[in-house]
Amino acid sequence: MDEDTRLFDIEVRLLLEGVYQVYQHDFRNYATASLRRRMQQAMEHFGCTSISELQHRVLHDRRVFAQMLQFFTVQVSELFHDPGYFLALRQEVVPVLKTYPSLKVWVAGCSTGEELWSLAVLFDEEDLLERTVFYATDINPVALRTAEAGIYPLDRIARFSANYRQAGGRRSLSDYLVTGYDAAAFDRRLRKQVVFADHSLATDSVFSEVQMVSCRNVLIYFNRALQDRALGLFHDALVRRGFLGLGSHETVRFTAHAEAFEDLVPEHRIYRRR
Amino acid sequence: MVVAPPPCAAAGRCRAIAIGASAGGVEALGTLLPRLPADFARPVLVVLHLPPRHPSPLASMLDARCAVPVREALDKERIRPGTVYLAPPDYHLLVETDGTLALSVDPPVLYSRPAIDPLFESASAAYGEALLAIVLTGASADGAAGLAAVRRAGGTAWVQRPDSAAHPTMPQAALQMAGADAVYTLEEMGRQLALLSGTSHHPHPPTGEPRDERHGT
Repeated sequence: MDEDTRLFDIEVRLLLEGVYQVYQHDFRNYATASLRRRMQQAMEHFGCTSISELQHRVLHDRRVFAQMLQFFTVQVSELFHDPGYFLALRQEVVPVLKTYPSLKVWVAGCSTGEELWSLAVLFDEEDLLERTVFYATDINPVALRTAEAGIYPLDRIARFSANYRQAGGRRSLSDYLVTGYDAAAFDRRLRKQVVFADHSLATDSVFSEVQMVSCRNVLIYFNRALQDRALGLFHDALVRRGFLGLGSHETVRFTAHAEAFEDLVPEHRIYRRR
Repeated sequence: MVVAPPPCAAAGRCRAIAIGASAGGVEALGTLLPRLPADFARPVLVVLHLPPRHPSPLASMLDARCAVPVREALDKERIRPGTVYLAPPDYHLLVETDGTLALSVDPPVLYSRPAIDPLFESASAAYGEALLAIVLTGASADGAAGLAAVRRAGGTAWVQRPDSAAHPTMPQAALQMAGADAVYTLEEMGRQLALLSGTSHHPHPPTGEPRDERHGT
């Protein structure tokens, strides 16, 4: 590692420690390589020439920290992102879920809600919606509010519709949306099944027993220690034989919980708790 | 007149190779990577701009034609020498300083995900002067900023000779912004890479402590 990178990483570690001490948001075990890049972008955004300068502003001004949160957690997804994942859920997981009289599903790190709403639509089509409570959690209050609003720009909906069809959608995505002006909002009927909550995979504990956890492309932002923690939470939250869905190139294989889950649909990273 | 270029001395100290390619890249990689001998002792990390929405057959296609294993990168996978890792469609590929791979779904860079700059920058942070970064054909400016970062950290830069590239824009942009230690055609580059086999003193990557291998593949 060259000297500039070494210093930069030290400054980032100090910033993360300060953020944890002052705001109790714990990014200390986030994966370094992508964080480093985003901290560089944050420096540019705030017009700072060093992380130490940025640290001063973040620690002394809560509003700057609120904006920094967007740099710690930028992720934008699509509805029915990786349609094959949702198709596999429909074929392999839904038949088992139908055997439960009531269901709880945890969408961990729900960000702006795309994955959550995809699942809600899927569950509605499979006649599971009415007996399901979705817990949609994230640490970013701005993202959570966006998720809760369930409103997406119309220019994104065309792409979403194509995904929906590839995911085995049986109706038209517009059946679930109320459109107006240049945006579309998810129907209230879907929204009343969802509980939105602030929850950190780094610092909080399990809050409910669930039949399924969907957590896609969140673990890639964690280092191995934090991946171990998060997967431990999922394991503790899941009922025996409960389901875990990850992103298309994430795996439990390199974590402490590799043996605690078995492959159900390896191609789409759907696991089952042993 | 064709003159064989001299070996690139700076490349001798490299412990890892990062390659970026865009338009025309499938053919370029198909020419370059099969020239790596079976005993090639360094890891090769590759970003090829791909349409994001489909699983890619590229890894298995190249794997069948190469003496070294070629596979799509998995998050937190330990980097092994003599293996080619491709960025999966729709993910950036990054290198951690502890010698593992990381993926991200951060926004596209220059309209691409995967993008070359994040790979080059993170690999440079991990390997410093022991990185060899290579820019191949493409109709984009991706990779140029990353290559500049590699050179600032003392790493070695190779660029495909623009007039030999299917799409010269990307090599040109790289040369303009970063310059290069050597400019080669694909055939020359393949020969130069093959010369690196078996000469690394440090087949294991970056600077971190040796780690527990239990969870390795």
